[in-house]
Amino acid sequence: MKHLLLGDEAIAQGAIDAGLSGVYAYPGTPSTEITEYIQSVVSRQHSAISCRWATNEKTAMEGALGMSYMGKRALVCMKHVGMNVCADAFMNAAITGVNGGLIVVAADDPSMHSSQNEQDSRFYAKFAMIPCLEPSNQQEAYDMMAYGFELSERLKTPILMRVTTRMAHSRAVVETVETPRQQNKMSMPEDEKHFILLPAYAKKNYAELVDLQPAFVEESNTAGHNRYVKGSKPEKAILTTGIAYNYLMENERVNAGHSILKITQYPLPSALIEQMVADGMKELLVMEEGQPVVEEMICGMIPSSVIVKGRLTGDLPRMGELTPDSVRAALGMEALPTREKEAIVVGRPPALCQGCGHRDMYAALNEVAREYAAPRIFGDIGCYTLGALSPFHAIHACVEMGASVTMAKGAADAGQHPAIAVIGDSTFTHSGMTGLLDCVNANANVVVLISDNLTTGMTGGQDSAGTGRLEQICCGLGVAPEHVRVVVPLPKNMEEIKNVLREEIDYPGTSVVIARRECIQTLKRHLKAKKS
Amino acid sequence: MKKDIILAGVGGQGILSIATVIGEAALQEGLYLKQAEVHGMSQRGGDVQSNLRLSSEPIMSDLIAKGGADLIISLEPMEALRYTEYLKPDGWIVSSCVPFLNIPNYPELEEVLARIKAHPNHVLLDVEALAKEAGAPAQAANMVLLGAAIPMLGIDHDKMVAGVARVFARKGENVVKTNIAAVEAGYCKVEP
Repeated sequence: MKHLLLGDEAIAQGAIDAGLSGVYAYPGTPSTEITEYIQSVVSRQHSAISCRWATNEKTAMEGALGMSYMGKRALVCMKHVGMNVCADAFMNAAITGVNGGLIVVAADDPSMHSSQNEQDSRFYAKFAMIPCLEPSNQQEAYDMMAYGFELSERLKTPILMRVTTRMAHSRAVVETVETPRQQNKMSMPEDEKHFILLPAYAKKNYAELVDLQPAFVEESNTAGHNRYVKGSKPEKAILTTGIAYNYLMENERVNAGHSILKITQYPLPSALIEQMVADGMKELLVMEEGQPVVEEMICGMIPSSVIVKGRLTGDLPRMGELTPDSVRAALGMEALPTREKEAIVVGRPPALCQGCGHRDMYAALNEVAREYAAPRIFGDIGCYTLGALSPFHAIHACVEMGASVTMAKGAADAGQHPAIAVIGDSTFTHSGMTGLLDCVNANANVVVLISDNLTTGMTGGQDSAGTGRLEQICCGLGVAPEHVRVVVPLPKNMEEIKNVLREEIDYPGTSVVIARRECIQTLKRHLKAKKS
Repeated sequence: MKKDIILAGVGGQGILSIATVIGEAALQEGLYLKQAEVHGMSQRGGDVQSNLRLSSEPIMSDLIAKGGADLIISLEPMEALRYTEYLKPDGWIVSSCVPFLNIPNYPELEEVLARIKAHPNHVLLDVEALAKEAGAPAQAANMVLLGAAIPMLGIDHDKMVAGVARVFARKGENVVKTNIAAVEAGYCKVEP
């Protein structure tokens, strides 16, 4: 069957057709659509696939490991920075190994379209010493799910699949299998000690993982996903990883002759690289999306006389995603004739929606903050990060999920007053709750302002883990109930909100103000659904 | 046959619906297709674009090279100009002439329109007014724009209309009818 699918959807369909039993994920651009697709299939077809959003990437990774422990196939999905959140579970899953197949999909965002950095998840695969798949197109992404699960079960290892924004969010026709594979039946691990990482057992497991490395390389050499084609001028070779291959082939049609090594599976295929050297390679251009991972790694695998070019040498840009244009330039091809850029065009940054509750929250907060000499407001990750821009200019920091709460605490520890955290409801349950416990234990003089829109807004309105229970959670963590205040961010309530903020800023201890009003986008959707 | 198209607009205006209809028609034609979309933060009222590539041969890159686009279809005039360096020298701009004003420093509209008119091949339409005239709601303005771009897309008019019918079928007969009326309203402005 043929379907027009986003890269993310191809991954999802590939996992379903490979007998998936559970997807575990926290929303994050550009990975969100994988889980959403599986959820929509489950709700249409009532498939027995566990698919509820997880509270964060760490709980997701651990849930998936539990599913794998029971012998069933599990998928974990996240954006690249989610890998940092789940790193403890991820690294140790490489030591436990798996029972049912386990694939972790990390969607990287070079050029930072919707992210705060462009870290390259392939480092994590190398770090954990496990195989990594990096499909070059939507069809490969689909096909590699079946292969990845099979490989995972055969070699008893988790697999990392790394994709980037352009593949995740680009549609193409994908051919799918007629009959999906059945889910695995429940089964216990053959060796239960494998999942008990006491040092004595872990040492044995780690030695096994080290011993498996040649098998991983052999798989990269022979499974057929990495392909080497000798060119008519083999002294000049090009190595591509993932979607870089497409930018090369877009141009290579008119510039033939290079030897080409297409990488979509790691560790690097040593035999194919040796062949490239044997064929007389004198110069190698490395094209990879993200950081110069292969460009650095390959230098230890080829004679030092081979000139290696890529992002480190400036032949390709050091930062940002590849484009057909940067690849053309690296191939020594002239740019196409075009029209000039229009000087009249000005930037149009994203902005909070008209009618959004975050707007009213910031309007009140800004007015109150102005009453103090040097307020510091620590922001967090979500739509409300846009409060840093015009017209609000309301926040002074935004680093990573949950940092608002603990940075405000650290600032208060240093003597700052007022120290205010602004965090969304979903980000709060993702990584803010533990920081709030730190505040409570120290009775830190902070105000944690939870802008609760009852959803995970920026990624398109997914369920938020703490909806309806935020007051209970805050009180349960030990915030005094009289200092857990709730306001409704609407212009008509401005005076009340300002008074509540003033009172809690002036209270010398930890307080929480919840500004609660439904996201305007999900509200529209809910009203529309009600009408029809 | 090969057409590289940049769809442009402001987040929320509906460029992806245009892409969906073109994609549906292209698939029925047996064409290869790749469509890179923008999801995430920039959808919140920021500039958005989608690279849509159609070809009778397999397509490699998801992105269009600078100087490679045959056509810019834009729901907003300044947004059309944002991508002119991607346009072939003889490429087309098909754009709405109605500005989307959500920034304080929007340039003089007359100058923006003059820059579009300076392109040898352009179509500028008040797609919202045309949608209303055709008895369609303002949200169908994107379908008017699609109608005006049909002659440049290399896909037959009737097949594009059939694509509209299939894409909107699950929303009911009425929605199909108004969207087709909107497409026709755009098409009749440019019909060769």
